[in-house]
Amino acid sequence: MTTRVELNFKVPNQTSYLAMIGQMGETLAYSLKNFHGNRKELAYHLNLVLTEALTNAICHGNACDPEKYVTIDIAATDKTLVIKVIDQGQGFDITARDKIKAAPLDESGRGINIIMKLMDKVSCTREKGMNVLKMTKYLH
Amino acid sequence: MQLSVKEQGETVIITIEEERMDAHNSGRLKERMLQLFDEGKYQLLIDLSGVRFIDSSGLGALVSGFKNASAHDGNLKLCCLQPQVRSMFELTRLHRVFEIFTTVDEALEGSS
Repeated sequence: MTTRVELNFKVPNQTSYLAMIGQMGETLAYSLKNFHGNRKELAYHLNLVLTEALTNAICHGNACDPEKYVTIDIAATDKTLVIKVIDQGQGFDITARDKIKAAPLDESGRGINIIMKLMDKVSCTREKGMNVLKMTKYLH
Repeated sequence: MQLSVKEQGETVIITIEEERMDAHNSGRLKERMLQLFDEGKYQLLIDLSGVRFIDSSGLGALVSGFKNASAHDGNLKLCCLQPQVRSMFELTRLHRVFEIFTTVDEALEGSS
């Protein structure tokens, strides 16, 4: 029987929520019953990608506007974990971002590259006027 | 962000007293480093022993301090990284940029 977990959060557009959402990612990693890999590493990576994606949504997508919010949808099955981070911004070309590799001494620009290294599939689309960053991890 | 600052010889040791360094609190470290630079103190050692989690914003704050110190013939060294924090430096290849030491004493002696 396939286990399925679905979580949905509506997060105020404030960086003070980063720790809470990151910790939720760690807790989620320990709740995936059929995952047989390095669970401690997965927990850290989920904390990290959620933190990076939420930071990007708050500071860039929503331009630090306190009136806006970020939606996080998480769906996990035995084999796949899909995380969507949805902001109210204009969207950005993730492919272009990927091409811009952060130089060694750049102070910013590493977040999206970190996400792309740690997740198996990353895409950015526009849906209903919202900017959707979709990150997929195949669970082995 | 909670920080403690103490001077040992010419080196200013900044100890990060937080489990997380992220976009919410890393600006405080940048501000504190800028205060030290304004005072002419360009030899910094950042003790990360208490940090369990660091994201790209935390790394960016450290890179900012490193660049500023280096531009004034100073240095910014790191010590006491927990394994998962160390892995972030390797993931982003920043372990090739910073001098990283196991202990405060090793960093003060300058041997890696």
